Amino acid sequence: MFNYLVRRILSGGVVLGIVSAIVFGIFYILPADPARLSCGKTCSEELILKIRHTLELDQTLPVQYGRYVKGIFVGRTYLKGSPAELKCSAPCLGYSFQTNQPVTQLLKDRLPATASIAFGASILWLLIGLSSGIISALRRGTWVDKLSQGVALGAASLQIYFVGLVLQFIFVNKLAWLPTPGYSSPLHYPLDWAKQMALPWITLAFLLSAIYSRLTRAGMIEIMGEDYVRTARAKGLGNRTIQFKHVLRGAITPIVTVFGLDLGGLLGGAVITEYVFNIPGLGKLSTDAVSNLDLPVITGTVIFSAFFIIVANILVDLLYAALDPKVRIQ
Amino acid sequence: MSKFLEVNNLSISFPTEDGVVKAVDNMSFSLEKGKTLGIVGESGSGKSVTSLAILGLHKGSTAEVSGEILIDGQDINAMAENDVRLLRGKVMSMIFQDALAALHPYYTVGNQIAEAYLVHNKVSKSEAKKRAIEMLDRVGIPEPQKRVDDYPHQFSGGMRQRAMIAMALSCNPSLLIADEPTTALDVTVQAQIIDLLRDLQKEFNTAIILITHDLGVVSETADDILLMYAGKAIEYGTVRDVLQKPQHPYGWGLLTSIPRLTGDPEKSLAAIPGTPPSLISVPSGCAFHPRCSYVKQVGTACSSSIPDLLPVSAGAHHLVRCHLDTAAREEIFRSQVAPKL
Amino acid sequence: MNSILKVEGLTKHFPGNKHSLFGKRDVVQAVDGISFEVAKGEAIGLVGESGCGKSTTGRLTTRLLEPTAGTIQFDGNDITHLSNAQMRPIRADLQIIFQDPYASLNPRHTVGTIVASPFRIGGVEPEGGTKKRVQELLEIVGLNPEHYNRYPHEFSGGQRQRIGIARALALRPKLIVADEPVSALDVSIQAQVINLLKDLQKQFDIAFIFIAHDLAVVRHFAQRVAVMYLGNIVEIADRDTLYSNPKHPYTKALLSAVPEVDPDAVGSRERIRLTGDVPNPINPPSGCRFRTRCWKAQDICASSAPALLQIGTSQVACHFPE
Ligand SMILES: Nc1ncnc2c1ncn2[C@@H]1O[C@H](COP(=O)(O)OP(=O)(O)O)[C@@H](O)[C@H]1O
Ligand SMILES: Nc1ncnc2c1ncn2[C@@H]1O[C@H](COP(=O)(O)OP(=O)(O)O)[C@@H](O)[C@H]1O
Ligand code: SF4
Ligand code: SF4
Ligand SMILES: [Mg+2]
Ligand SMILES: [Mg+2]
Repeated sequence: MFNYLVRRILSGGVVLGIVSAIVFGIFYILPADPARLSCGKTCSEELILKIRHTLELDQTLPVQYGRYVKGIFVGRTYLKGSPAELKCSAPCLGYSFQTNQPVTQLLKDRLPATASIAFGASILWLLIGLSSGIISALRRGTWVDKLSQGVALGAASLQIYFVGLVLQFIFVNKLAWLPTPGYSSPLHYPLDWAKQMALPWITLAFLLSAIYSRLTRAGMIEIMGEDYVRTARAKGLGNRTIQFKHVLRGAITPIVTVFGLDLGGLLGGAVITEYVFNIPGLGKLSTDAVSNLDLPVITGTVIFSAFFIIVANILVDLLYAALDPKVRIQ
Repeated sequence: MSKFLEVNNLSISFPTEDGVVKAVDNMSFSLEKGKTLGIVGESGSGKSVTSLAILGLHKGSTAEVSGEILIDGQDINAMAENDVRLLRGKVMSMIFQDALAALHPYYTVGNQIAEAYLVHNKVSKSEAKKRAIEMLDRVGIPEPQKRVDDYPHQFSGGMRQRAMIAMALSCNPSLLIADEPTTALDVTVQAQIIDLLRDLQKEFNTAIILITHDLGVVSETADDILLMYAGKAIEYGTVRDVLQKPQHPYGWGLLTSIPRLTGDPEKSLAAIPGTPPSLISVPSGCAFHPRCSYVKQVGTACSSSIPDLLPVSAGAHHLVRCHLDTAAREEIFRSQVAPKL
Repeated sequence: MNSILKVEGLTKHFPGNKHSLFGKRDVVQAVDGISFEVAKGEAIGLVGESGCGKSTTGRLTTRLLEPTAGTIQFDGNDITHLSNAQMRPIRADLQIIFQDPYASLNPRHTVGTIVASPFRIGGVEPEGGTKKRVQELLEIVGLNPEHYNRYPHEFSGGQRQRIGIARALALRPKLIVADEPVSALDVSIQAQVINLLKDLQKQFDIAFIFIAHDLAVVRHFAQRVAVMYLGNIVEIADRDTLYSNPKHPYTKALLSAVPEVDPDAVGSRERIRLTGDVPNPINPPSGCRFRTRCWKAQDICASSAPALLQIGTSQVACHFPE
């Protein structure tokens, strides 16, 4: 198991290296000139050259990439020797000259908002999705099942834009039960934090719990047909023990897998949600960076979300092993 | 005195999109404690469906079950699910063909045996685990204290079936239904499992219903045999009667078609022509008539009326469902079947 | 012996799992140094419990698998390491039938296409045309020639096995490897297929390697029988000798484990009950591989592997044969 873990982490590192190299390569061949962009409209060629030097854009691709990787591990210094020297300590993911901040700092500032959305929503959608899926599976064919699966089917086909804007219109603009979504620190203003996050949570959870509900229902129904569930009945176990100890336990593994990957994906930036509700998270950071063509930030956010997805993959595999003795003991 | 298990006129059907599957049609049989009944038939003849009904496991499904299933006088078919549940595992229990699929892959073998014991006994978890170890030891698992914490996939095929038996017998039930318990196993392991079942039966005086398609296995274990074809009992009697003096043309076909370790290997096997029918459109009259070589001797009755399950001769306990009259049957058996056995 | 197939020291080791990052990979010793011969037109049976290497042997001899070691001579030619292209002309003479009649037939092809596939692959145009020949073949295996345009799912298990047999027969092979051809079938159908194969064997003088785990089935088909245990052949003898006078302890135990249909014979035979299970082919016992379950094992059985030696008319691999 330990060997397996080491292997997974090493290969995760390799994947991350490849992703970053690709992102780097793409931006290198992109026609947009970051130096010109960060300089503004009225800019002399001389200045552009200087900026290009500052950003180290006058180096070859391998050199740029090498320095970038080195920056991640040991940090780097821009404009070395000049009075405007900029220290970017490890892990340095580049420097945004448009905002005059190290990318790492930007990511750090934006992560809490994204994490708030992701964790809050995921708890909500797990609760709703699992419980409605379980109830549907147990009451298969009854009106409860038909209703919940009907809602789930409808919800799964909706878009965050639509649901988000409708909910915002109702609860913020019309009823005024909730403040405009945004982000406050949960440490200092927990109540504001929760109120402002409520809409993003509900929107995401509404859509995702539909998927989880259907997944849970289908999984449980499949497991109910397994031989070992028949064995459980033949032993004289009660219905509740059969459904929760035997059926749910058998059905949970794929749900956990999907959950891990969804959560990992969201942590890299709940892009649409943040955009719709204008929340200063990683997703918003990257959309803004894209519209400003702030290449260091785009690179940073892509690598950062790749990092989350890879970590989530490794964790899911570990969880898989924890859940399935056949994987654990071989 | 009534027998421990009595099944009267049991019929089971499944409504499906393609039509009604008449899986079991008007079956009756009985069994005493300490005895073994072998139910024999080809795949799809309704053996498993019958055995599930005895445990009341069709309750809550689409199956329509009619008739009586009396265990110690109580009718399982008339009882509510919750009352039958209390009998499962305690009065009657079951083991299955595919032990790997029948054990939960995510719980240890010990946990699953202890669970079976805990449902019906007010004991602590550690006592239940002790019982699991004791049962594993009893069914011949080496180092049971260690193996009790193994998962099913860590056991070999034979050990898994032993673990299933340990689980089924943990509450000392009076009836054990073994649905093809050795079909998936190799012969040497099959022999071990058969021996084990026999020993346990002697020790606990369990009634056993052994379902199989292997005539050798019933011959070595059963007292009575019930032969099924297309959902119906077509022959019923003691092992000796049915295997040595079979009376139904299908039974003749089966007994002369199986390869054996004795006799002339160069003689070709007396195969039964055709294939078993679909249970959605069972042939009219005697379901075996499209494959039977004796229809000519009987005439149109074979395809027009369903024969009853009747004693082969007045007062006999050997029953057969065939229109051939006793004299004709005995003549055919003597001249055509016996020489091939 | 005028042999069609001669196998010597045939070995197949499969790569198994790896347990640590830099550790060695396990080696599954599925078949380990077996030697046997099949005469022209002879039916030889290969029996043993599941996992003993029967299917692997069948796939090696038909070159569906690459041997790890040993040689295979077919009809006088060494085919041990022939490439797929080099094997193509030989395939006409060397066919295989599988256990699962459904999995081995392409569900999207008609019966006609399936049975004709050897003609297509071999680039052969049979006399009188492919369709006519295919219909003849269907008739030979007891199927209705008019079922030419039907699909495999429209047939029962026994009929599907007949389709597989018709395909194997198409090019009039000299040797057919039949890997558990009747194991998936019900008893009444099993007899039909055994009879059919036996008739074909006699009629066309085809040599057979008939693989099965059921000793009684093999007895009705093969003139000579080889018994395998954990990747080795432990005994080869003609049928009558093997069944009436087994010399290897394992053969004896295997025979005594077969349940007896006749209630009067139950208990009259000697009962040998092996304990435990077949060991793992990744780490087989030293010396004689059967020693962990053998009631006659002595020290020498653990230290030296018995060779397959001639004893009377049998070949036996045991230090203390019966
Ligand atoms: N739940 C079900 N729905 C519809 N048909 C069923 C169901 N269970 C079993 N059957 C049918 O009942 C027949 C008898 O099945 P079974 O008792 O499993 O046969 P076997 O004798 O092989 O154990 C088969 O034709 C099978 O397809
Ligand atoms: N492709 C494979 N990779 C690894 N092991 C294999 C493979 N095929 C077969 N084996 C192993 O080789 C042994 C012999 O298998 P097989 O020839 O299929 O046995 P049999 O047909 O006698 O049941 C078994 O232990 C099996 O698990
Ligand atoms: S009733 Fe007729 S068809 Fe049926 S078994 Fe008897 S003789 Fe054959
Ligand atoms: S060599 Fe030894 S262990 Fe092997 S079969 Fe013979 S007596 Fe038994
Ligand atoms: Mg069955
Ligand atoms: Mg095989």
